[in-house]
Amino acid sequence: MSRLGKITRRTLLVGAVAVAGGAAFGIYQIRRPVANPLRPEDGATLNPYVIIDRAGISIIAPRAEMGQGVHTTLAALVAEELDADWEQIRVLHGPPAAAYYNAALAHGALPVPEYAMKDWQRSVAHGIGAASKLLGLQVTGGSTSTVDGFERMRRAGASAREALKAVAADRLGVGPDQLRTEAGQVIAPDGREIDYRELAEDAASRPVPQVALRHPYDWKLLGRSLPRSDMRAKATGQAQFSTDIVLPGMKFATVRICPYLGGSMAGFDPAPALAIPGVEQVLDLGDGIAVIASNTWAALQGAEAAQIDWTQSPLPATTGAMFDQIARAFDDRPNSTMRDQGKPDDQSAQLEVEYRVPFLAHSTMEPMGATAHLQDGHLTLWVGNQAPREHLKVAAEAAGLAEENVTLHTVFLGGGFGRRVETDITRQAATIAAKLPGTPIRLTWSREEDMRHDFYRPAAIARMRGAVENGRITLLDAKVAAPSVTRAAIGRLTGRSMGGPDKGHVEGAFDQPYDIPHYRVAGHLADLDVPIGFWRAVGNSFNGFFHESFIDELAHQAGADPLQFRLDHVGPESPVAAGTLEAVRDLSGWGQPLPEGRARGVAMTWSFGTPTAVVIELAREGGAIRIPRAWMACDPGLVLDPGIVRAQMESGLIYGLSAALMGEITFTDGRADQGNFPDYDALRMFNTPQIEVAIVQDNPHMGGVGEPGTPPAMAALANAHFALTGERIRSLPLIRAADYLI
Amino acid sequence: MTRSLTVNGHRTEVAASPQTPLLWVLRDELGLTGTKFGCGVASCGACTVHVDGQAVRSCQLPLGEVRGDVTTIEGLGADGLAPLQDAWIRHQVAQCGYCQSGQIMQAADLLAANPDPSDAEIDDAMGGNLCRCGTYSAIRAAIHDAARALRSGGAG
Repeated sequence: MSRLGKITRRTLLVGAVAVAGGAAFGIYQIRRPVANPLRPEDGATLNPYVIIDRAGISIIAPRAEMGQGVHTTLAALVAEELDADWEQIRVLHGPPAAAYYNAALAHGALPVPEYAMKDWQRSVAHGIGAASKLLGLQVTGGSTSTVDGFERMRRAGASAREALKAVAADRLGVGPDQLRTEAGQVIAPDGREIDYRELAEDAASRPVPQVALRHPYDWKLLGRSLPRSDMRAKATGQAQFSTDIVLPGMKFATVRICPYLGGSMAGFDPAPALAIPGVEQVLDLGDGIAVIASNTWAALQGAEAAQIDWTQSPLPATTGAMFDQIARAFDDRPNSTMRDQGKPDDQSAQLEVEYRVPFLAHSTMEPMGATAHLQDGHLTLWVGNQAPREHLKVAAEAAGLAEENVTLHTVFLGGGFGRRVETDITRQAATIAAKLPGTPIRLTWSREEDMRHDFYRPAAIARMRGAVENGRITLLDAKVAAPSVTRAAIGRLTGRSMGGPDKGHVEGAFDQPYDIPHYRVAGHLADLDVPIGFWRAVGNSFNGFFHESFIDELAHQAGADPLQFRLDHVGPESPVAAGTLEAVRDLSGWGQPLPEGRARGVAMTWSFGTPTAVVIELAREGGAIRIPRAWMACDPGLVLDPGIVRAQMESGLIYGLSAALMGEITFTDGRADQGNFPDYDALRMFNTPQIEVAIVQDNPHMGGVGEPGTPPAMAALANAHFALTGERIRSLPLIRAADYLI
Repeated sequence: MTRSLTVNGHRTEVAASPQTPLLWVLRDELGLTGTKFGCGVASCGACTVHVDGQAVRSCQLPLGEVRGDVTTIEGLGADGLAPLQDAWIRHQVAQCGYCQSGQIMQAADLLAANPDPSDAEIDDAMGGNLCRCGTYSAIRAAIHDAARALRSGGAG
């Protein structure tokens, strides 16, 4: 019970300025709208990032911790300026609140390649970011959390520190400039120490002081690898995920929803489910059922046993027919031509090739789940999610409640990768809880339910034309066709239909830093209603593979070394991107002779503000191929925590290699053929390469790190495969073409 | 239909059918949520616990067939942190953390049998434990480190 008590107490503290001896500091000031859209806005909204109560200092992280280490880095931004003791602070997920909008999400809104943005364009993007507060999108995604928090979280810490000092100065009768702060204490000139906890309540009612931020040279926490705030809980089994909340009288639920996507339920017979010991109720959810039981296993057995008549899916009956539908998009006018240089139509092509990539599942380690409890007209949910305000809204709708009668706790996410933006699990949990007032329910999906009801990375096709002359690319003409993730996912998230050129659809292809005279990238949106969504690196996940595979083909057409060939074309456009190629060349010893049966491939992509170059080495072993080594170099600009950056780079690489090597979702009659890890596996310890990472910090603008490792990994693998075998892989996954050690 | 079970040194009565996999007894009946559900088909290792010191996939072990004392992640370090947990923290292994209870329990089984495993032996032992965040290099380093600590006399 103490756990629940603690959560409730903290929730009160977040919502109010000072309750039960705690104090929440409102820090960030958003200015009121003025006529000039390039100006930031005026006027104050108090947004809480810091709580000081009797137990100590809690830092509120506005973004979801899904493994990427964002709690640690965001908290360090506050703690750096606040002079909090790192070992003593607690980090909490922020509640759903407009104050926690993600301004950096909008930084990619302009139709220009990020690497080539001028300062004025960055200002415009920043202005759009301030305006995005109106949408209030509290979303963790797009590798934006650190970029978004970099200023305002430090300001939160600095303003709180100055408010605490001001109170201490009054009490001591000295000027604030005579005081210093350290490890959660204000220290007087005579050495007397006053704990922040004794000052917090008075400090909370002070006007918010605006102070200059510390110079990076003076940083004590930022810039080094900190012990992660979530590490101990995760090594001891204490970290709470969506289905780890224990409430008295709890029942256990699972669902079985129509697997024929777009289909529904014509009818069902609950009797076989109710015959399973432990099964208590079977609920009609419209497009499927929920089974309520005395434990999750009984619920899973019951869901399996129920007799259900499904209606058909409107989707094409086979995966092949889906690809045909995607290919038909090439017949229509392009939705966008965001790169259009020279006269590609006047150039004759030496290479004309087509690439294809499959649908992919997110396959987070933790299947979708949630805990919900409707009591006395108030719904409380615990769900790991990447968009708390949207989840709250959906929960309220589903339960037929006003939003103020819903409390949503974001708990740790057992992997996100874009999947937990989606609100389907929350809608189900709220619906079930509303049907069982007074009974807490823990909803757990089976792995099969998770894999068959994903919002998939879409399948995509690229048609490429290219030519080289004297070692240089003269023509690169790319067309990309796929259903639009932007339209599907942003539409679901905001309830608005998106029109206009779809940048996300061609990101990773149109925005790469190559100097090519005749260079065009056109995006074609396919009309295919498979549920699709944000999947780590989104459009870059397929376009990075298309573009960097084709660059490799052109390098071989030119008879050039693929790494030097890239440098020759990237150098004039972006010294920062070229720097990552040079770094990975040096790190890997590129060009040195390799033993028989070994070969290497390279790729470089620029995504989410961070150019990342990858070299993959392959080795023949018996009749199979394995991936012994990988080298990466990234340039995210100023690095706040090198340990976390390195971990994210490795993570992104492994996620990309897993997909490129063996990831594929296929459909029969609209139902995913793959249901569990034996059909949809990922790299494991024995087939994961030894990875080395170089971090360069020449980029003048801070980039993300959660996603940029994924796109180049896929292309580098296929390029290494060509170097080893002479066979160009233009269709993923690779295991369809060759025998890999998996 | 109650059955007695010893978990983390405590004897307890459980009222669940004997077919119920140990995983769900631990999580739903006993509130020991450190052990995770990942696949239900012994393909990911997230549910790994010990029965009499041996790693088992608790999603496949029916309650009625549990013969021995059960240890979960909550009971691994009897007095504070087990050496593996200590190494996990030193090496900052976890990302999302969902698979890590199972990884640690599997690694503990390995070190009990092999106090100085090679990389290849670690790969063999850990191949059934999936991590979608890709923390494998840190896991391997932490296992080597914990093995060193145990050999130099750290308590089990």
